[in-house]
Amino acid sequence: MSLFDFYRHHLGELLLLSRQHIGLVAVSTGVAVFAGLPLGVLVARRPAWRRPVLGLTNIVQTVPSLALFGLLIPVFGIGAWTAITALVLYALLPIVRNTYAGISGVDPAVREAGRGMGMSDGELLRLVELPLAAGVILAGVRVAVVVSVGIATIAAAIGAGGLGVYIFRGVATVDDTLILAGALPAAVLALLADGLLGLAERRLVWRPR
Amino acid sequence: MNAVLDVQAVRYRLPGDGRFIIDGVSFSVAGGETLVLLGRSGSGKTTTLRLINRLLEPTGGEVRVAGEDAATQDLTRLRRRIGYVIQEIGLFPHMTVEENVSLLPRLEHWPTDRAEMRVRELLQLVGLEPDGFARRYPHQLSGGQRQRVGVARALAIDPPLLLLDEPFGALDPVTRAELQREFRTLAGRLGKALVFVTHDVREALLLGARIALLERGRLIFLGTPSEFRASTMPQVREFLDSAA
Repeated sequence: MSLFDFYRHHLGELLLLSRQHIGLVAVSTGVAVFAGLPLGVLVARRPAWRRPVLGLTNIVQTVPSLALFGLLIPVFGIGAWTAITALVLYALLPIVRNTYAGISGVDPAVREAGRGMGMSDGELLRLVELPLAAGVILAGVRVAVVVSVGIATIAAAIGAGGLGVYIFRGVATVDDTLILAGALPAAVLALLADGLLGLAERRLVWRPR
Repeated sequence: MNAVLDVQAVRYRLPGDGRFIIDGVSFSVAGGETLVLLGRSGSGKTTTLRLINRLLEPTGGEVRVAGEDAATQDLTRLRRRIGYVIQEIGLFPHMTVEENVSLLPRLEHWPTDRAEMRVRELLQLVGLEPDGFARRYPHQLSGGQRQRVGVARALAIDPPLLLLDEPFGALDPVTRAELQREFRTLAGRLGKALVFVTHDVREALLLGARIALLERGRLIFLGTPSEFRASTMPQVREFLDSAA
């Protein structure tokens, strides 16, 4: 059966799995941004926190995804919540690291000028440091999203759904068409997300010239 | 004469270090007066400025701004009463000229129209045509223009005291001379207390009503430009000879 025929017969299922997939990535990235931004700021502000926080997020990154999903099952059970937790942990590193890098990349003279003219720490962060770091931070979010789209295919292994369902089914039945049926739309999703975030970056981020 | 800035026996040393970087510096500056802090690199000029707006905390001595002890004032409040101009890099690169200059008025919750009027007024004051410059970004300006914006920004909420740290240091000689002349005129009109840091003795003689010479964290000479010229102190002679 060709890929085209397969999609013709399973359009409803394809849409459902895609929706699940996008849901996994969107929710996990959202949580990772909410947690990662403050963590990145903390790490930039308090050098003592740098090693533990960056070290921990780094270690998570080295755990193979299938193993991490498996390890979290005893905690959160089977299903989407376990998958989302694992995806958040993976997305955290690029976001925390880039937030930290972006903020510490701000010219010290600019920070000094702001502090010297009487801006509070919060004002400096909100009006100067975060806007200047936005490009680097968004690049981190982009990496997180693209990686998440890929890793989310593994989530099917623990019953969280998504496009990985086709891939695992295809592997189990040695059916290349079925593997492609899941892999192809996942790749398209990754490219689409990357492109959209690239557009957002161009519109939102200040850049000289 | 009422001093806007009064620095009394201020000392500073790095935490955990026995040596004083600033050792017993005292001077005062009245409204309308420009005091130039002159000295070689590493003599403690910039450190002295930073002790005034508490970017560094003095280890000893007292700083009074407009009669109030700086050490007990709220930091934000203190610094907003002290305009601060540093070499050209101090402008916020992601903000237009207008946004840079109106930043403090906005943080002080001025009504928008009042802030806008203030920006126009200040840009005109520093010799920039508001219609042509308000919307530009710092990187679209020349060094001299950036420096003018820096002065306008420091004046935004009308502080009684202005600290200027080698504001013309990065400019070419022609632009520099032009800005020095304009600054002299401007300083006379503003009626503010100005502390101007430089290592250039000609600049010091041109702009200062009084010159304070710093050497290794100590104030070794304080007097008018004519007293400075007449001084026989070897360190003063060295500076004067370098300019001759």
